Amino acid sequence: MSLTDLEADASLPAAEEVAAAGPIQGRSPWQLAWARLRRDKAAMISLAIIVLLIVMALIAPLISKWIGYAPAFGDRKLGITEDGLPVGLNGHHPLGTDRLGRDLLVRAVYGARISLIVGLVSTALATILGVVVGAMAGYFGGVIDTVLARFMDVTLSFPYLLFAIALAAAFGASTPLTVLVITFFSWASIGRIVRGQVISIKQREFVEAARSLGAGNIRIIFIDVIPNLLAPLIVLATMTIPVAIVFESTLSFLGAGIDPRTPSWGNMLSDATETYQVAWWTLVVPAAFLLITTLAFNILGDAVRDALDPRSERLFAAQKAGRKKKK
Amino acid sequence: MSQSGDALVKLEGVYKHFPIKQGIFFKKEVGRVHAVDGVDLEVRRGETLGIVGESGCGKSTLARCITGLHPITKGRILFEGQDIGRSPGKAFRRDVQMIFQDPYGSLNPRRRVGSIIGDPFDIHGTASGAERKRRVQELMELVGLNPEHFNRFPAEFSGGQRQRIGVARALALKPKLIVCDEPVSALDVSIQAQVINLLKDLQDELGLTYIFIAHDLSVVRYVSNRVAVMYLGKIAEGAEGEELYERPRHPYTNALLSAASVADPDAAEKRERIVLIGDVPSPIKPPSGCRFHPRCPKAQETCVGEVPVLIARAGDPADHVTACHFPVEAGEHLAREQAAIEQLSTEPTLPSA
Repeated sequence: MSLTDLEADASLPAAEEVAAAGPIQGRSPWQLAWARLRRDKAAMISLAIIVLLIVMALIAPLISKWIGYAPAFGDRKLGITEDGLPVGLNGHHPLGTDRLGRDLLVRAVYGARISLIVGLVSTALATILGVVVGAMAGYFGGVIDTVLARFMDVTLSFPYLLFAIALAAAFGASTPLTVLVITFFSWASIGRIVRGQVISIKQREFVEAARSLGAGNIRIIFIDVIPNLLAPLIVLATMTIPVAIVFESTLSFLGAGIDPRTPSWGNMLSDATETYQVAWWTLVVPAAFLLITTLAFNILGDAVRDALDPRSERLFAAQKAGRKKKK
Repeated sequence: MSQSGDALVKLEGVYKHFPIKQGIFFKKEVGRVHAVDGVDLEVRRGETLGIVGESGCGKSTLARCITGLHPITKGRILFEGQDIGRSPGKAFRRDVQMIFQDPYGSLNPRRRVGSIIGDPFDIHGTASGAERKRRVQELMELVGLNPEHFNRFPAEFSGGQRQRIGVARALALKPKLIVCDEPVSALDVSIQAQVINLLKDLQDELGLTYIFIAHDLSVVRYVSNRVAVMYLGKIAEGAEGEELYERPRHPYTNALLSAASVADPDAAEKRERIVLIGDVPSPIKPPSGCRFHPRCPKAQETCVGEVPVLIARAGDPADHVTACHFPVEAGEHLAREQAAIEQLSTEPTLPSA
């Protein structure tokens, strides 16, 4: 059995790639990780759910039109019972309505927009800030490190909920403020991890090699340090998104997040506190969206970590065992 | 070491101390590691200078001082007569390259081999695009790698091949001096020979000067014109290669040589072995006087108080310098003296089974 045969046996997609590309091409660690990720069923289902959510959020106006109700429209004819209670799941309102007769599906889909935007934007901002500060602290060390590391400690020791509520009281609840608050309380934990990683990467010999070749700090940070940081960073970001989404819901639930008139999962949950005893769906619908989204991101994050870390052979071992059983 | 020939690099009283700091906010220096402690050395153009010594004796730190990776605490390093100072310039970075010990750690795992070897061209702006690729492939061929593999990742190569990648990268800028920091100690013996022979061939071809650091005496003997023995941050003895191996004067050199394995079993049986007592003392608090005195079978009062200078001793060629008050004479049996000391200093033990 030649080497190429072995490779073909180990992974089918690789064999296709080789055949397509002609001569054997070195596969980058990213390609290998993607191949590994693709074989993880839970991860693929999670990814599909996330893509579906994104698509739903994108076509929210279309869904609204298809159902026939705008997100803020209180349907007094079909959306509220004669006693003034929300109606349950029916043909007009597939997931029922809330206490004002607003369609829950339409609101949940619009809520997905807010949740995903807030989750992704604040995670992106927090990651950028965390990488910049963490990398500076870790790479330069000394006084810079002491100052930045203490700053991160201070940020992490803030009572964030109190702080967020106080800010909302002072400036009024709004989406940009929510993003800023979430970013402010997320970047430091990313920064800390990045700092630790940079300190360990900085001591690797290839960084010394680059320095002995005459490479400057900026070049070393961007070419040697950050690429080696991307794997943990992707995992970290994937894990931060659900935290940010829950954070947003929490703030909205408390009235310190998104404008209460805007449909968001947190606002819907907040509304549901008044009605859930008579209309369970007002609570279950937004809660289910929140749960499924965070669960999908968390499972995907776990799987990405497994795929990116070649040392965790858990996935491979399970599959080999599975293959043997079939034979 | 002695003055003669055309010196490419000259070290004058080089010290490298690492401060040990404690405390969270106000870091206080509580001690210093005397990694390199007053080294005078000269490397001549075209030669290979071997540096040997136990782990922790400061070899690697010395190498990093010479390549400018560690700013030195005290002293001067002259490269072609120019003091390199605390932050060496681009020209120095081009002329002095380093080959690292760990072929796994010294290559960025996330980059393709082509860009690793091509890095020096980017950094110094000497070649780009197709020209860069052509030169990278030339280098790969020069060090015995398949030039077609420039698109691969370091993980796809074996240890020996990776070390060749490291060599190719070091050669890219046509340096004058290459500092090899234990370039083969992480490799299998058969691969060691290949890499060493590659280094020797390249030296003949390109007229390189090497500083070759190793703890393997036979490897150093094979590659070096001159050899320096280091002990706890200082040079204990230095001489032309064969001279050092045939007539070692410093007791430490004697002990080191007696510990090296010999291929011939008859010779191995006949020779005496000097087993040093105790461990290498801490470089944080090095012993007074001669650094070797607590472990030396010949140590006397003088050795505790006075630091021996590194000079040619009576009867030696000018090139053979030894830092010892009582150098070993020909025909002397250190092992016997050692045994006598041991009998005096240790409790009687059971005969070995």
